[in-house]
Amino acid sequence: MSNPPENMTRRRLLMAAPLAGAAIVGVGFWKMLSGMQHGSFNPHDINAPVLNRPVPDFSVPDQAPGQGFSAQDLRALTQPVLVNFFASWCIPCLEEMPTLMGLKDDLTMWGIAYKDRPENAAGFLKHSGNPFTRLGSDRDGRVGIDWGISGVPETFLIGPGGIIRWHSAAPLDVDTIRGTLVPLLESLKKS
Amino acid sequence: MMLRRLSALFLGCALLLAPVLVLAVDDPSEMLPNPQEEARAETIGSQLRCLVCQNESIEDSSAGLARDLRRVVREHVAKGESNRQIMDWMVNRYGNFIRLSPPLSIGTLLLWSMPVLALLLGLTTAFFAYRRRNAAPAAPPPLTAEEKARLADLTKD
Repeated sequence: MSNPPENMTRRRLLMAAPLAGAAIVGVGFWKMLSGMQHGSFNPHDINAPVLNRPVPDFSVPDQAPGQGFSAQDLRALTQPVLVNFFASWCIPCLEEMPTLMGLKDDLTMWGIAYKDRPENAAGFLKHSGNPFTRLGSDRDGRVGIDWGISGVPETFLIGPGGIIRWHSAAPLDVDTIRGTLVPLLESLKKS
Repeated sequence: MMLRRLSALFLGCALLLAPVLVLAVDDPSEMLPNPQEEARAETIGSQLRCLVCQNESIEDSSAGLARDLRRVVREHVAKGESNRQIMDWMVNRYGNFIRLSPPLSIGTLLLWSMPVLALLLGLTTAFFAYRRRNAAPAAPPPLTAEEKARLADLTKD
């Protein structure tokens, strides 16, 4: 008790430590929750191991009204291509279609009809418009598993050489395209 | 009376456990003809997360993707691949998230050892605090001549 002022500050510091800890945890949770609201953080998101890897070996047969494609076609690319898994039975895919239609003049898009009857997929594209220059059918969903998709719609940006540069397990919207996809395309063009 | 109560308890427990024991392989045609291979496929499948209903294994889930993954597992088992090979095949496509028991990594090691680390930190802090409190208080500094004179003055009576 020789120097009470120093002792007091020590005690105060010790008292403040749990409060500071709680504050840090609180800020962390707040960031997580606000990220969930903005869509920048999704706890259900599956960390896509395919990112920055070459596309898996696959080939999808023709799906009317387009021509099927394979891993070789994607690996031979010199321009970025957006690969979109969709299905006529999937409501978010239907909601996503206007966004894809708006993007089709700026970016080449290839579609894969996932676990869908060919006539249903063709009818779906007739109804919603067809943004895809090539179109394949993955009737049993095996190609989807090789790409690591867990549902539809899922979208992959394939860079030159067939490298997967970006992946979205949620329907594309204008915000995602402006905030993420466009800057990424710019950087791909530069490199 | 006692026996009846015991059997009621047993039945209750059995009923509670029943949904756990029933796997979602709802179509017998999905099962492999060889019971040993089927058992192995079920063991592997129960370690794989269904990515649609994320807290269920693919053996428990009746989601379409889970059914597809069950079929893939059975095909690989029938081909004679090892459990490790099949697990790697899945992790290669879906990442470690598909494993219901995560592998040992720096992150998981830190997570699992955190209770022990926190306990050690607490015990160390408590030990030092206790030692400090019980240490003999430092001897007061010797009195100055002035203080000695005052003390003598005060204790004169």
